[in-house]
Amino acid sequence: MSMFTAAPRPPAELLLRAAHVLDPASGVDGVYDVLVRGGEIAELAAPGSLQAPAGAETVEGEGKHLFPAFVDPHVHLRTPGQEYKEDLETGTRAAAAGGYCAVVAMPNTDPVIDHPALLRGLVLSAGRDARIPVGFMGAISAGLRGEALTDMSELRDAGAVGFTDDGKPVASAGLLRSALRHQRLCGGLLALHEEDPTLSGSGVMHEGSVSVELGLAGIPSLSESTMIARDAQIAEAEGGRVHFQHLSARRSVEALAEARSRGASVSGEVSPHHLLLTDEHVRSLDSSFKMNPPLRTEDDRLALVDALRDGTIELIATDHAPHGRDEKNVPFEQAPMGTTGLESSFAILYTELVLPGVIALELLLDRLTAAAAMIELERPAIVAGRAANACLVDLAAQWRIGEAGYESRSANCCFAGREVYGRTLLTLADGAVAYRDRAFALSAA
Amino acid sequence: MRHLLSIEDLDRDSIEQILALAANFGTVADRPIKKLPSLRGRLVINLFYEASTRTRSSFELAAKRLSADVLNLVSSGSSVEKGESLRDTVATLSAYGPDAIVIRSPYAGAPGLLAGWTHAAVVNAGDGKHQHPTQALLDCYTLKSRLGSLDGLNIWIVGDLLHSRVARSCIQAFTLLGANVTVAGPPTLVPDAFAALGATVRHSLDEMREADVVYALRMQLERMEQDSHVPSLREYTAHFQVNSRRLGPRQLLMHPGPVNRGIELSGEVIDSPQSLITDQVAAGVVVRMAVLYEVLAGSAPHSEDPEKQPRALAPQTA
Repeated sequence: MSMFTAAPRPPAELLLRAAHVLDPASGVDGVYDVLVRGGEIAELAAPGSLQAPAGAETVEGEGKHLFPAFVDPHVHLRTPGQEYKEDLETGTRAAAAGGYCAVVAMPNTDPVIDHPALLRGLVLSAGRDARIPVGFMGAISAGLRGEALTDMSELRDAGAVGFTDDGKPVASAGLLRSALRHQRLCGGLLALHEEDPTLSGSGVMHEGSVSVELGLAGIPSLSESTMIARDAQIAEAEGGRVHFQHLSARRSVEALAEARSRGASVSGEVSPHHLLLTDEHVRSLDSSFKMNPPLRTEDDRLALVDALRDGTIELIATDHAPHGRDEKNVPFEQAPMGTTGLESSFAILYTELVLPGVIALELLLDRLTAAAAMIELERPAIVAGRAANACLVDLAAQWRIGEAGYESRSANCCFAGREVYGRTLLTLADGAVAYRDRAFALSAA
Repeated sequence: MRHLLSIEDLDRDSIEQILALAANFGTVADRPIKKLPSLRGRLVINLFYEASTRTRSSFELAAKRLSADVLNLVSSGSSVEKGESLRDTVATLSAYGPDAIVIRSPYAGAPGLLAGWTHAAVVNAGDGKHQHPTQALLDCYTLKSRLGSLDGLNIWIVGDLLHSRVARSCIQAFTLLGANVTVAGPPTLVPDAFAALGATVRHSLDEMREADVVYALRMQLERMEQDSHVPSLREYTAHFQVNSRRLGPRQLLMHPGPVNRGIELSGEVIDSPQSLITDQVAAGVVVRMAVLYEVLAGSAPHSEDPEKQPRALAPQTA
């Protein structure tokens, strides 16, 4: 049974004419007519060879690309308790607008998702409000306090994709070891936010020459990398599997590679902002650039890009973290940490990594969908017989991030104002139309 | 100059200009009637979110000497204490039509935010551990008055650099005026990364004899032992106290105040003739007069009528 839930939607009936289908994992790369019937990909055929059946819509795909839709294992949908930042409807709408067909929501809500009844309530809400399938993580520790383990098996039964104390580290090695032992009973992903609180202290940005110049308390790279090294050893010894969230530093990449070379079952993710931005941006004291883990140095950024390229880091996660305008419109030290990312991730990565030739488009598509395997989801593929999980993208369309507003309820995007290429025109998620660019819908009618 | 937010916004010429203006105001300070009409009818608001004696009082005195009206707001007893946000407070104060707002905030970057929210000129009177530009300017003024120039001067800044906005502004200002700056203190309080600001980093006072000027910083006692920055104040003073044993007779001594006697400075050096500490306080008034004059004299007075606000329509960088 899938752990992912969306509101019921009519299955898509449409003919995508003459789109360039690029699905590297399935070996599809060419111009096709793609017929979607009853929410399933019915047929890929030579362009111009298919007719839309009665009742099906025709979508002009010429000059556009059709990709397998993306999967994000790490987003904050702020429900329950902080719906002024985001809710299941706005968050999944933002995801669909970014080309995503599934996302996993973190449990650091108010209240924290540490009890099966809370999780069941969320799943019910998703069945009413979510535009695309959403999975939910349960907390590792009650109240994210890092003291007592949650009832992991019951949370699993209630539908938890996995467990995380995201936003906070599991500081206690003993508690993590217990969680790994319970993972053997109930399965589920253990995703870790790595940070040693004694090293992070009251830090608000990366500790380095910029933090010293600005007089801001720093969070050293060691805070992350030493915890990765520690937790990889614990996972290895327990025969468990852990996933490291939002890697930010060269030392962290090295710790991950080292653990894997020893045979530990570990994986890692990286965010678009850590792949593209550095602590130099914090010089502006603009709170849009305040996130945890913090933006680090150019050397760290290059190490993350290399790790993404060579597979040390196998997937991209946005860590979409919406915050209200008034919350961010305060001095840097007072602002909450986080940036939104779902609506900008593909376009900004395509524009700033693929177009300059740093990584191939095929690699970017792989890293944006690779999370599926980790969260018991069938990997989106544009292959006959599979549910339609695809996004139609105009790679030539230029736009400015945030200029036309956001689908998200919040506007705290660290890439706001940047000129990018690659606009999502249509997203199909689990067989249904989840997003449609307004201008595109009109022109194709 | 539209605002004074950071020494980084200044170059050597603009610093020299402020110091020359301050020297002019200094001649007025010796007259029986010390008031000038330059800013008559202009409103200066002092918005202080942190305790301050000399900075706040010298800004107040500077504004009054230039005949401006002054409104003092301190965080205790005001709406700030009732949880009002900075932005809302600024909106409220802006309704009074201030020409300048002088802000002291515990948070880095607050003056820059404020500059985006108000039509008034903004002067940073200390933001977090980030910048304290008028302190650095008055220190430059003090040294220039005594020595004529900072070119080629060796200045040692000693103590808790990490938590010091004064140090950050002073390193930049002293360097702009041609001095060589060395920073010294324990590695926990003087990270090697200070080299990025153009200073030489030392973790002992053994070479301090090379300094022409020794600038000691205040140790924030309550923070030190609690956060393991120094194991004990006794250990700190043993290694880093500036006292008559370490300070040569030809070296000048400075401190931004208030001094912890017997901690960063020994009593006898504070009271010695080589100490410039009271000169610094006196310089505070004339330098702040110069800064207020610089940000206000070139602009039209604030008008109550929004239609008649020339600066409101001007770009931020004007």
